[in-house]
Amino acid sequence: MLGGRTNHWGRYSFRNGPYDFKPKSRDGLGFDWPLSYEDVAPYYDKVEMLIGVYGDNNGLENTPDSPDGCLLPPPKPRISDLLMQNRAKGMGIPVVAAHRAVLTQRLDYNRLPAKLHPGNAFAQRIVSEAMQTRAACFWATPCGRGCSIRATYQSTTVHIPPAMASGNLDVLPNAMVREVTVNAQGKATGITIIDKTSGKERHASARVVVLAASACETVRILLNSRNAQFPQGVANSSGLVGKYIMDTVGSSLSAQIPLLESLPPYNDDGAGGAHIYAPWWLYKEQLAGKLNFPRGYHIEYGGGRAMPSASTGASMEWLTGGSYGRKFKEDARRYYGSFVSFSGRGDMIPNENSFCEIDPSKKDVWGIPVLRFHWKWSEHETRQAAHMQQTFADIISAMGGKVRGKPQLDGAKAIAQGGLIIHEVGGAIMGDNPSKSVTNQWCQTHDVKNLFLTDGAPFPSNADKNPTQTIMALAWRASDYIVSELKKGNL
Amino acid sequence: MSAPEPTSSGLGLERRIERRVAIRWMLTAAASLPLAQIRLRGDPYAPIDTKGYGTDPELAKTYNPGDVWPLTLSVAQRKTATALCDVIIPADAESPSASSVGVVDFIDEWVSAPYPQQRTDRPLILEGLTWIEEESQKRFSKAFPDLSSAEQSAICDDVCFEPNAKASLKKAARFFARFRDLTAGGFYTTPEGMNDLKYIGNTPLATFDGPPPEVIRRVGLA
Repeated sequence: MLGGRTNHWGRYSFRNGPYDFKPKSRDGLGFDWPLSYEDVAPYYDKVEMLIGVYGDNNGLENTPDSPDGCLLPPPKPRISDLLMQNRAKGMGIPVVAAHRAVLTQRLDYNRLPAKLHPGNAFAQRIVSEAMQTRAACFWATPCGRGCSIRATYQSTTVHIPPAMASGNLDVLPNAMVREVTVNAQGKATGITIIDKTSGKERHASARVVVLAASACETVRILLNSRNAQFPQGVANSSGLVGKYIMDTVGSSLSAQIPLLESLPPYNDDGAGGAHIYAPWWLYKEQLAGKLNFPRGYHIEYGGGRAMPSASTGASMEWLTGGSYGRKFKEDARRYYGSFVSFSGRGDMIPNENSFCEIDPSKKDVWGIPVLRFHWKWSEHETRQAAHMQQTFADIISAMGGKVRGKPQLDGAKAIAQGGLIIHEVGGAIMGDNPSKSVTNQWCQTHDVKNLFLTDGAPFPSNADKNPTQTIMALAWRASDYIVSELKKGNL
Repeated sequence: MSAPEPTSSGLGLERRIERRVAIRWMLTAAASLPLAQIRLRGDPYAPIDTKGYGTDPELAKTYNPGDVWPLTLSVAQRKTATALCDVIIPADAESPSASSVGVVDFIDEWVSAPYPQQRTDRPLILEGLTWIEEESQKRFSKAFPDLSSAEQSAICDDVCFEPNAKASLKKAARFFARFRDLTAGGFYTTPEGMNDLKYIGNTPLATFDGPPPEVIRRVGLA
């Protein structure tokens, strides 16, 4: 689908912190990135200014502040947010403005383009024009179905229209990429695609090939690009393509809060997603060895009088004793808006048991071999999931709430299945050593100089911070590098 | 329970119904067609053999019940479902009954759809409708829709809360719970249902001002 994963996401837009790029240096586990926070920070600034991210600067550990002029003001908390924030504060858990890619005010189309594309009047003009097509959030309509006024960021409304306007973009819809083609000199020459409307094979040639097919699909394309020169797949001399795939650690708990029952009605829609969240708060305790797991998580939280949905009024027996009839209608009114949910989103450390490879027999409808997956959480993750459950139960208790079901303190049962949080990254990790990594810090494959991977595949770690903004920052950084290398004649 | 906020994994889809089904549902609730215009599957236990909307539906098109997959419920099953919907959500001073806003059409759509949750619900709902008619005949020698309110309640009281249901009625209780969930979901997503809950969002605002002082005071945070 044009626009890919940006068409359906929660729009959480976080920066990795300094620790997140050097995790092995901090706790001895996983891999360090071949770059630091300072290398990526200017690109985080640009991404925030381009796409529009609301949030606040709170000066919290490993939770970077943005320079002035990057973030948009966050929306006011909902009543369910205020209650949680108040009770969590008493437990030492900071609850601050979420960072999400929704315009709470119009982008400053006079100021920002010059910061994004200094010295490039042409780029400034088309970016300014694109920014003018986006309105500020009007706090209505379901964001998940696409935003008619372009207040939410997605590729189809923010990147593709100005790229089309530049005259430098051709979109080939319905093109299923099968492989990257290479010449005798080991340079990428383009891609072979299957036209899904006709089933015919076509070739698109290129000076530089950039794969951003989502981490696993990029891996699949590389592994399917086999020839005499690259018998293990293009850019896979290390044998590491497909290795070290990661997802986010996830675990959830929901509750009913009597204090939120039967409140006077007010418009609680807001920005159609979280206004607040809790960044990881136990770095010091972790470093001091006081916790039995090495990496952190943040808490995503929701509640309130959201637009009634398929599940409104459902599964309330644990509160109602199975009411029906007029009593059921009264119960539905009473409890509507009093439910809250907590979702932990945590760091996963890459491991040898979590990888994907080409399935020896299965092919998709186009005859292209598919991936098969191997997955194992380690105790680093399952213990973290158990900690999430206990924390959520404690906050719910402090809110005077009732946990729905029971907190699952067996981490192996509490943790969401790998892949379910759909934050898949890794599979072509970056590093300085070509025998231990697939790309360098510029997302450029070690083996094929004019082949770049700009999705989550090059991530050598998966911080608790949701990956999208880091993917965008690294893609922008890689793009600048590609232009610079082309100018030098290096590609 | 009420829908959680979208989390970072897309839209919290692991806890939500399939999006296209939701779209379908809204359209269905809005367009309750006369039965004659609707294609019927015939055998209510026939396997689902349609693919659904596929990967690229026409989002701007108004689909009518039966357009994408054949419907399931017979005239008799629709009568039973209508009566049960209205036992669960009857009209009161705040809002009309579930059946009067198209919830039976929605349930028919639901049990006919080819997606995993709907396929799972299909036998539970269809067998449950049969069970409640048999139970009605056994106890009162009348069809469920023809029973008095007290008689209908006598049956529903035995199955409305699974933990309290007799062992022989556990399955019927699971049916009742699921039917109640579907009835509620169908009802509260109509304009009448939203109005009943005093949902006043989804209206364009110049600013989002957060909760009013009265709400903050009531929660004890003023």
